[in-house]
Amino acid sequence: MPRLTIEDLQKIKEKHKSDFTLREGGYRAKVTVHMGTCGIAAGARAVMTALMDEISKANVTDVIVTTSGCAGLCAREPLATVEIMNRPPVKYCDLSDEKIKEIFKEHILGGNPVEKYALVVGSETTY
Amino acid sequence: MEKFRANLMLCAGTGCVASGTKKVKDALIEEIKKRGLEEELKVVLTGCNGYCAEGPVMSVYPDEIFYQRLTVEEIPKLVEEHFLKGRPYQKLMFTEPEKKTAIPLMKEIPFFKHQVLRVLRNKGLIDPEKIEEYISRDGYQAEARALTQMTSEDIIKVVKDSGLRGRGGAGFPTGLKWEFASKVKSEVKFMLCNGDEGDPGAFMDRSVMEADPHSVIEGMVIGAKAIGAHKGYIYVRAEYPLAVKRLQLAIDQATEAGLLGKNILDTGFDFELEIYQGAGAFVCGEETALMRSLEGKRGMPRPRPPFPAHKGLWDKPSVLNNVETLAQISPIIINGSDWYRSLGTEKSTGTKVFALTGAINNVGLVEVPMGIPLKTIIYDIGGGPKKGKKIKGVQLGGPSGGCIPERLFDLPVTYEDIVATGAIVGSGGMVVMDDNTCMVGMAKFFLEFTADESCGKCTPCRVGTKILLDMLIDITEGKGKEGDIETLEDLGRDIIAASLCGLGQTAPNPILTTIRYFREEFESHIRDHWCKAGVCRALTTFWIDEKMCKGCGACLRGCPSKAIVGEKKKPHKIIQELCVRCRSCYEACKFKSIKIMPAKYEGEPSELVGAAEAVKEEA
Repeated sequence: MPRLTIEDLQKIKEKHKSDFTLREGGYRAKVTVHMGTCGIAAGARAVMTALMDEISKANVTDVIVTTSGCAGLCAREPLATVEIMNRPPVKYCDLSDEKIKEIFKEHILGGNPVEKYALVVGSETTY
Repeated sequence: MEKFRANLMLCAGTGCVASGTKKVKDALIEEIKKRGLEEELKVVLTGCNGYCAEGPVMSVYPDEIFYQRLTVEEIPKLVEEHFLKGRPYQKLMFTEPEKKTAIPLMKEIPFFKHQVLRVLRNKGLIDPEKIEEYISRDGYQAEARALTQMTSEDIIKVVKDSGLRGRGGAGFPTGLKWEFASKVKSEVKFMLCNGDEGDPGAFMDRSVMEADPHSVIEGMVIGAKAIGAHKGYIYVRAEYPLAVKRLQLAIDQATEAGLLGKNILDTGFDFELEIYQGAGAFVCGEETALMRSLEGKRGMPRPRPPFPAHKGLWDKPSVLNNVETLAQISPIIINGSDWYRSLGTEKSTGTKVFALTGAINNVGLVEVPMGIPLKTIIYDIGGGPKKGKKIKGVQLGGPSGGCIPERLFDLPVTYEDIVATGAIVGSGGMVVMDDNTCMVGMAKFFLEFTADESCGKCTPCRVGTKILLDMLIDITEGKGKEGDIETLEDLGRDIIAASLCGLGQTAPNPILTTIRYFREEFESHIRDHWCKAGVCRALTTFWIDEKMCKGCGACLRGCPSKAIVGEKKKPHKIIQELCVRCRSCYEACKFKSIKIMPAKYEGEPSELVGAAEAVKEEA
């Protein structure tokens, strides 16, 4: 490593920010790709890979991607839930890598849910 | 830039490494590759996470799932379930010992919930072998500020105002120590770090050096600037090989990056740092002995004054700070003294790390605000006693500390309150004892340690600790006499008054406090030849209470000397001549029918019925 300046310290911090967003929370948006057996069979992995690529290309650090199991509606897989801080979650269905790219641009970055792909808004009632 | 969807923080502290982290890591990486997930998942080896009892442990972010007791065999299943299918693997998730439901979120685990992390801010969160990760967590920002924007007086003022006190044990105000050294005029001064942690049961310094070595280095550079030192040493015992390795790596990385060494951050300030490995003598944790050892001589203390701030290493002004103290410096510089004082009490500010061990459910490393009641640490964080047991007391401060009984557990943990009980906060070792601990035996254990570690320079300590130990051995072997308790107390006080250094001045503490709070145990050892905890073999016999015995045979099967006889479903009997008093029957019995009686108990088991009834009534 070359000798660092005070500015370099800040740069290194920025560069590693996304790792620490994962570890400490403090993210703005969270995308859950539902990866039950049904989701995986319907192509959820391709959806997730496409999403990860987009995030990486856009160089944003405050979006995290996580996976969960089957969302229950196997017929409409692949499903993904997008949660923007302080907004109700939106579930998208029948996804493809192209669709998730659009959602990333419009909803995750732009803040406007993509109505044509959306399934529901809000979360289920749990006890 | 790489982007991962999850970070798998696998603990590589000494505890977890001993339980198999390395094999687990290899298996994990292999499995991740096999599943084609290496682009999505990042495996990070961290320093000690603190929850050593359940190692190897791993935290998964952002899910905040906590896995424990990982094994190579379970890895394929875990990877498949959690990372391929997205459902956390229940089987290895944290379960609270007293309940049986899985509580997966770290925030909800009582062990983590009550803690506030300052010293351990990076524990389990960064890879200690990568300087970039430390920098990403505001690392070296405080150093940059101290070297470019602050004078020596500014630094000393912040540290003084913060109220930070030395975490090595004595609790001397750190800022004041720095001020003394800064005011002495000398071309050569030394900034030293004490990593000689020697108390049985304490491992917080090791953990910090292993998990976050750069935080110690940064604290030392700031201290060096404050006192005007350009050379420093970290004194670490050679028994801490992982700490030595990671510190050396950290020193090399920091030097290469210009954060240590010559002309740091181009400010013109020089500070060179070296590790010195000690041979692991307890007395070398004492500052004057440590400095002699650093000089290459036999580690023995010398009288103070002169204090090291005036004449320390090679007779030059020196400051010696403990690892935990130094790790607190950079957050104080960044956040200010008011922030630091926002936790703790007026005179005991900030947080303290405790090494929690002994007869509790959650053994590990915990950091809490000072002033928190002992019972919160022991019952909430520690998870209370093991099933069916009752906590009797806690030994605080290792062999230099004392024993605090359970009835005083409302006590807030501050330097002043703890000293008032006869114990000390010390380096922060907390050994919890339950009703199966013999307090005389406990005092004997610590005296064995101090008598062995006494360097021999001064007579009160060299001879005195040996006499104390011999008396305790006699008491536990049934050779105690009337008046022994008073002699122990008198001699103990004399040793404290007359010893040269902290070792002798504190060595009698475990005896004095156990006598103070558990005098009746000493008396029953001496007068009745009865160790009620059933630990001292010479003062114990085991008997089966016929009224309570169900004849299940658990004791009979476990007895190594075949001393138990009896038919199924009929009361069993112990043949006293064959019994080796190993306690295995006592531990095995589910019906509390094994009774601990005095050495020369001659009665018949039927006479125990009264005692049995009393037990039932209590329940």
